[in-house]
Amino acid sequence: MDDLLLAFFNLDILRQAWPILLNGLIQTILLSLLVVPLGVLMGITLALLSTVRNRWARYPLIAFTDFFRAIPPLVLLIFLYAGLPFAGWEIGAWGAVAIGFMLNTGAYYGEILRAGIESIPAGQLEAARSTGLTRLQTLRHIVLPQAIRNTLPDLTSNTLEVVKLTSIASVVALPELLFQARQAQSVTFNATPIMAAAIAYFILLWPMVRLLSRLENRQLAGRR
Amino acid sequence: MTGWERFCESFFNAEVMARYLPEIIKGFWVTVELAILIVIAGLASGLALAVIRSLGIRPLNWLIIFTVDLFRALPPLVIIVLLYFGLPAAGLNLSGFEATWLSLTLVLMSFSEEIFWAGITAVPKGQWEAARSTGLTFLATLRLVVLPQALRMTIPPITNRTIAITKGTALGSVVAVSEILGAAQSGLSHAFNPSPLTLGALAYIVLFFPVVLFGRWVETRFAWKR
Repeated sequence: MDDLLLAFFNLDILRQAWPILLNGLIQTILLSLLVVPLGVLMGITLALLSTVRNRWARYPLIAFTDFFRAIPPLVLLIFLYAGLPFAGWEIGAWGAVAIGFMLNTGAYYGEILRAGIESIPAGQLEAARSTGLTRLQTLRHIVLPQAIRNTLPDLTSNTLEVVKLTSIASVVALPELLFQARQAQSVTFNATPIMAAAIAYFILLWPMVRLLSRLENRQLAGRR
Repeated sequence: MTGWERFCESFFNAEVMARYLPEIIKGFWVTVELAILIVIAGLASGLALAVIRSLGIRPLNWLIIFTVDLFRALPPLVIIVLLYFGLPAAGLNLSGFEATWLSLTLVLMSFSEEIFWAGITAVPKGQWEAARSTGLTFLATLRLVVLPQALRMTIPPITNRTIAITKGTALGSVVAVSEILGAAQSGLSHAFNPSPLTLGALAYIVLFFPVVLFGRWVETRFAWKR
């Protein structure tokens, strides 16, 4: 038992690793604050484009979305980080993460918002247009606010996934929480830093999981 | 050499691709095997937990809720790294394949338990009571009345979640599983050319594009009736 405590909850090692773990946590939060808005913006763009009733716009858009939903995000990230430099494009870890996340999470946000937009009855659009609002005004003032509100549980759930996904940035040596924990682990030969990182993720994200659990139960119960 | 030639030379180098194709195909089957094992174990254990939760044993339910919350809050890669690099300290050596399988199974178990449970609670209480009063046992009620309705309701969210989690098999490359991404990355570093990576991306498209389309179809086929 003492061995286990020393291997996973070693206070001496925690004291040493604490500063870099804290630094990693801050980077994880900053990274989330960068990639979540990027993904949402991309998603809104894709969802708005999908309202264009033109098959030449529609099918390429679906193909684009499904392509980035089919490729695992880590594969996309490695491709951008380790592949593109061969073509002469050095975009660095932050650049690769920003672009990769924008494409991957944007596709998911886009799908959610598209479903939200399609759930707004056509009558509302016609009514809005007949009062003299332009197409864009109708989208902005009538359709999008309702679409976002109706899909709030799904948007929250996706945002949780995006924040969790920032951990893959450790693979391209971006010094976020998991990367720092692994560094500390490989120097100390002790699992305490990774354990500490796991606990930090849990404390950070548990409230969101609880909230989601409630939203989802209500959603499913209401849909019968 | 123009930029375009250099681009093709890098990403679509036929000679390099031919050399690493067998490795990628091997990786493809590792990914398929891993994904199938995750889906079977994850969904089965998720359903089992949801059924146990419906028995209504308080302390047991708290334990289930905590476990489910834990694996929904932790990033899958953190779980994989913890199992692979951490467990040896506890005297348990998992291979990369086992660590990835166990981690993603636990994640899928947790997400699917939540969805199955929501499906079970969405069946009105009156149906439970009616079924029990006709003389059906608790388990018979669950099996014949509640689950058929609950499962149908949960098909679209379960499908989407399962697809998302099986794509996480690529995370195995971090703990030295030679699935598609792992094979592609070792090809990249041996050949010093990213064509194996292009090949790997293609392999994922071949594998998951039909799955994503299937998910789309399921969503419309089993759409909620309002």
